[in-house]
Amino acid sequence: MARQSRADRTDRSERRSPGVGLKAVAGGTGSAQSLDKVIHERIRLGIVSALAVNERLSFNDLKQLLHATDGNVSVHARKLEDAGYVACTKGFEGRVPRTEYRLTAAGRKALERYLSHMEALILAARGK
Amino acid sequence: MSAAQRLSGMPTVPRRHQDQIVRAPERLALHDRAEDNLRYIRETMARAGSFTSVSGRGMMHAGVVGFVATLASLRYPYASQPVVWSAIWIVAAIVAAVLSSLAIRKKSLRTGESLLGGPARRFVLAFAPALVAGAILTAVLVARGLYVLLPGAWLTLYGAAVTAGGTFSARPVPVMGATFMALGAVCLLTDPTWQPYYLAGGFGLLHVGVGYRIARYHGG
Repeated sequence: MARQSRADRTDRSERRSPGVGLKAVAGGTGSAQSLDKVIHERIRLGIVSALAVNERLSFNDLKQLLHATDGNVSVHARKLEDAGYVACTKGFEGRVPRTEYRLTAAGRKALERYLSHMEALILAARGK
Repeated sequence: MSAAQRLSGMPTVPRRHQDQIVRAPERLALHDRAEDNLRYIRETMARAGSFTSVSGRGMMHAGVVGFVATLASLRYPYASQPVVWSAIWIVAAIVAAVLSSLAIRKKSLRTGESLLGGPARRFVLAFAPALVAGAILTAVLVARGLYVLLPGAWLTLYGAAVTAGGTFSARPVPVMGATFMALGAVCLLTDPTWQPYYLAGGFGLLHVGVGYRIARYHGG
């Protein structure tokens, strides 16, 4: 019964903050449910990681870097934009449209939390 | 205790601890995935932040050109044949640049890294200014007949270019740049009769050595 109510509380809190439901990894265990699902997806993780070491990157830079298709990068970048993790600027280079992305402060914090979570999971599995 | 448990020799697990047995594989899988994710983040950051198409083989070719130029320039020292000596080194620089560019192009095609992308652009923008300064300084020193300063200036400014460009490339590249600068400083401050050895050591030996390391450990 107690276990059931704890699970209910977890579900409710995740519904309140979808995507950014990364909670403190108390005791260093954590679980798949408490991961930030916005970043956890491979392409999105790649976009955030690439932007973490570059002030800004163009759509084509990201596409080549991640070996992804136009549609893939577009969809995942939009999800990151919706979550407030990346900011998008559209402009022109001559007559060619150019879309650039940069990591927001929220995106950087989310990546840092995600890294901490991954490290905590590894430490927990090693029994520390 | 069931027959199966007696046969396997496994102790009975109390009911209250059975959920831990179920969780163990989950934790192991999460741990594996976490390591995989961290590796992916690290690799993506390395790829995104650095220009990895600097070609070790191209650098080795440039090193061989450096050795040949040193041998040729020993036959025509600037003290007696300044024009021929300058021409040897300028031609050597052009040949080495062409060979390196071709090797970089080949490596980028193999690795799929764009030569017009962000990292490559930053590498070139950082690399070029010191080279342009070197070209201007060469013209001025040749015009004033100050050939004695050319080897040291070349080594120092090429080193500055490589160090700046190397900020966006594999680790051996900026280290090589710093070594070139140190060699240039020594070349400027010591007896000019040693200059051919500094030129051979920098444009020949350093290029071949670091080129071999990049070719061996950084993908060609």
